[in-house]
Amino acid sequence: MTTPIVPPPKKNPQKRTRVPTRPSHFRSRAALGLAAAAAEGRFMLQTCAECGTVQYPPRDACTKCLSTDLPWKDIAATGKIIAGTTVHTSTNVYFRERMPWRIGTIRLDAGVSVMCHVHGDVQTGDNAKLINRLDKSGQAVLLAVPAGGAPNMEDDPQMRELTCDPKFRRVLIADARAPNALALAKAFAAAQASIIFMGEPEGWRPYPARKEIAKVKGVEILPLDVTDTASVLELVGEIGGKTDILVNNARYVRPGGIIGRTDVNLAKDEMEVNYFGLMRLAQGFGPGMRARGADGQNSATAWVNILSAHAWSNMPDYGAFSASNAAALSLSQCLRAELSAGGVRVMNVFTGPTEDEWHQPLPPPKVAPEAIARAVIAGLKDGLEDVFVGDVAKDLIERWRAGPKILEREMIESLGQSS
Amino acid sequence: MGYAGVVAVAPASVPYQRFSIETAHWWIARALRETLQRAGLAPGDVDGFSVSSFTLFPDTAVGLTQHLGLTPRWLDHIPMGGASGVAALRRAARAVQCGDANVVACVSGDTNHVDSFRRMLSSFSRFAQDASYPYGSGGPNASFALLTDYYMRAFGATREDFGRICVAQRANALCNPHAVMKSPLTLDQYMNARVISDPIHLFDCVMPVAGAEAFLVMREEDARAAGLKCAKILSTIERHNAFPDDPIQMRGGWEMDLDELYSMAGCTADDIDLLQTYDDYPVIVMMQMEDLGFCKKGEGKEFVRARNLTIGGDFPHNVSGGQLSAGQAGAAGGFIGLVEAIRQVTGDAGPTQVANARQALVSGFGMINYDRGVCTSAAIIAGDGQP
Amino acid sequence: MSAVENDAAAALGQFALALAGGDIEVVDLTHTLDPDFPVIILPPEFGQCARFRIEEISAYDHRGPGWKWNNFTCCEHTGTHFDAPVHWVSGRDLPNNSVDTIPPEKFIGPVCVIDCSEGSKSNDDFELTPDIIEAWEAEHGLIPADSWVLMRTDWSKRSGAAYLNMREDGQHSPGPTPAAVRMLVNDRHVRGFGTETIGTDSGQAEHYTPPLPAHYYLHGAGRYGLQCLKNLDLLPPTGAMLICAPLKIKQGTGSPLRVLALVQKDASIV
Repeated sequence: MTTPIVPPPKKNPQKRTRVPTRPSHFRSRAALGLAAAAAEGRFMLQTCAECGTVQYPPRDACTKCLSTDLPWKDIAATGKIIAGTTVHTSTNVYFRERMPWRIGTIRLDAGVSVMCHVHGDVQTGDNAKLINRLDKSGQAVLLAVPAGGAPNMEDDPQMRELTCDPKFRRVLIADARAPNALALAKAFAAAQASIIFMGEPEGWRPYPARKEIAKVKGVEILPLDVTDTASVLELVGEIGGKTDILVNNARYVRPGGIIGRTDVNLAKDEMEVNYFGLMRLAQGFGPGMRARGADGQNSATAWVNILSAHAWSNMPDYGAFSASNAAALSLSQCLRAELSAGGVRVMNVFTGPTEDEWHQPLPPPKVAPEAIARAVIAGLKDGLEDVFVGDVAKDLIERWRAGPKILEREMIESLGQSS
Repeated sequence: MGYAGVVAVAPASVPYQRFSIETAHWWIARALRETLQRAGLAPGDVDGFSVSSFTLFPDTAVGLTQHLGLTPRWLDHIPMGGASGVAALRRAARAVQCGDANVVACVSGDTNHVDSFRRMLSSFSRFAQDASYPYGSGGPNASFALLTDYYMRAFGATREDFGRICVAQRANALCNPHAVMKSPLTLDQYMNARVISDPIHLFDCVMPVAGAEAFLVMREEDARAAGLKCAKILSTIERHNAFPDDPIQMRGGWEMDLDELYSMAGCTADDIDLLQTYDDYPVIVMMQMEDLGFCKKGEGKEFVRARNLTIGGDFPHNVSGGQLSAGQAGAAGGFIGLVEAIRQVTGDAGPTQVANARQALVSGFGMINYDRGVCTSAAIIAGDGQP
Repeated sequence: MSAVENDAAAALGQFALALAGGDIEVVDLTHTLDPDFPVIILPPEFGQCARFRIEEISAYDHRGPGWKWNNFTCCEHTGTHFDAPVHWVSGRDLPNNSVDTIPPEKFIGPVCVIDCSEGSKSNDDFELTPDIIEAWEAEHGLIPADSWVLMRTDWSKRSGAAYLNMREDGQHSPGPTPAAVRMLVNDRHVRGFGTETIGTDSGQAEHYTPPLPAHYYLHGAGRYGLQCLKNLDLLPPTGAMLICAPLKIKQGTGSPLRVLALVQKDASIV
């Protein structure tokens, strides 16, 4: 029975903040396939293309027939815990600080034995299922959880190390003026975030949702303009040490590519918000978040960007906007590397065209703000890195993975259909 | 064919130290010198060299030849951990038998710096790095806790059963002046010791130390001509990655080749005067007792309840204290049992001598590559015993 | 030296003395350029006025150990700024219509200040009408040709959202009616017109005919505009000199600038 977590006490201002430590992050190249799967919350193992044998640990040649053709496939994660132990001594500082720690051996129905972390509600002899998640080193680890779920399952201390749950944490949503801001605020309130800071640019002009946003429980509206360095630094000075989750929902989108426009002004604005805005926020908030990755129950835990799925493959009707998101995607990879020492997750939520004025003439399916908000919360609760929300985004990434050049051709075909 | 005409001589042990600022090279040199002195030989007489060590990096046996001034015509580096001793013995024996070398020095040694253990664990093997170290980083203590947990559930063994092994080995160690553990151990103390990774508690674990062990392999006629006491090699076996489809390890490779071990030696388990198992954890000791034919699988607990495992008992086992009480000097843990056994069957063991010991079975096990020990080996050796 | 030249030399000398002695005071009519100052907002489909942004290059640090300097960006029409005739479609073809070609003597000149602050207090859409101009002239005399006329509303005492005053149907702030602008441009031949609000036109001037009459008529006649002024309450109705020299931007349509008034000491106290 997992004891539910309670809101943490106020931080003792006289104590040194705990420096983030990490489990071992070394993995062979083959083993990184697990991390790629964990980024999306999938459980996948290598399955020999020639004889079908499932492999574990990840390796370079089939253990039965020596074939080197070992594609990763989604695998049923169920099995039985056949041995368990609670570790009380460790040579690794991260685990030393979190003793005692439960591990076990699960015999999967798929026919391999896996050493795994074990959730507090799972005992040796139980049927359980494995979930594949990223630990504080940013690498994939497997956790055995009750096959049918359990009350307060997410509050198990070992499981919390693998997730970025907003519960009792403080979140900064960068742009209160964005069409998805209200939905995000409501979703974080429902997820029991303790404070929801809303960054408000250009308070000198009104926006319709402000009244509603101010009513959401836990919301505090503070000035923030991601295009203004001084504004970012001022807010960092005020709440940088209290930002546990940062949701960068700032976005500047206009239709148009290259030749259809006659100047670079809109493109500059797109870059200024979508790329440089991310850069400013990261330069401002990154250091504090990275340092607070192990700072108690409401530690800094995640950075969320909401990006267009067309960051992966340019949509020419929104060509300049797509390019700015491609820049942001690349930059977010840099940020992921730079925040990894603190155990802070960088999660990108990729969406197709959204339900708002700048996509108004496009046909459905379009993504509503509520859908984005749901995807952000669900992604944080699973500690994911890559989330694709809506049919267009899911379709796009599947095509990209099957062949980026083919997708590029399909995107060229789409020119003129969205303007 | 057997190993007729080839013997192991000049067993040498360099007293262990908890921590050492010296290198593995230094410890290996000490053991090599000691074994040569005991045989009345000079370094130049060695034309075969076999090395086992975890802390030689970036060197291997190759670097050691130039470091120690050797010019062998047969060279081996054995990375099999606890199975290295028997593996070194059987390779060296074939080399001498076939004329590839005349005198093979088999040496194992490791240093132990303050951070040696942690560094070794974190880079032990690719599978350990990928699939076991990230899970609590409890090292072999945690991995063997899982095996012990499984074994206890499957066969009903209790902690007291394992405690019997540890207590007996400690009693044996008290006769060994070089053992690092110097105080007696009662079953109560064993049971109440602090938990490391349940069900493994403090006295289930070896103490990592710095140390080295060595022996020589040569033709019997040369050994006798030099007046050296000889241990004959009756049989050896070796097996790696046995039973890979077992969900978890509850048996080792010895089971696959047991018949060959005894038939080559022309004896049975009843003819063994003392047993030296690889004792990183008592559960593996129990497994070896089963898999080497001393009792049936799952009946290890009855076996240890019924027998007296001390030097003077009816089933002498790990008579110098084993690693659990004498210390584990890295890869030398794969030699300690064999080197002691050579002393025992040649009547040269001194304070730990088992009366009338002539035939010994030495078992090796090691290399937790992922979730199980991959290497196993065993040898039956015989000597003239005490005069 | 001729008599006229002597007079000019003497005038300059007296001016220097008066300035140094404090008999002539310098009043700053300029808002500080800062990122939070509102800019004009156009319908989303149109290009927008860039906000003022500043990025540090170095500050006595590893980026430049002995010095501090910044890069800044903004629109020609950000903050307290000058509008040149080329800014509007009606002035596009006039000669000397950009900031770099306007004769520099036009940047110093007499200024009249028409006080509409009372009416603007209670009416966000207060209009400057020909009647109000004539009433002012009854008290202070005809507006001289080629002088600046500034509409004082005390709007500059507002800030942020209250300053822009954007509602669902657009922005609301005081300004001149088309008839008032026609009067100033055609009948009084003013050099230029200035306001404290975000534009020379009122917030709702889009709904006049012609739309945005201040811009349309002023620039169509080759006259100039000033906006986002402050401290007009420190100026006398007449008698002050206005200095407003925009940056010399190549073919520029305007620029942020320092607007100063030279006033007789204590002249604004009425």
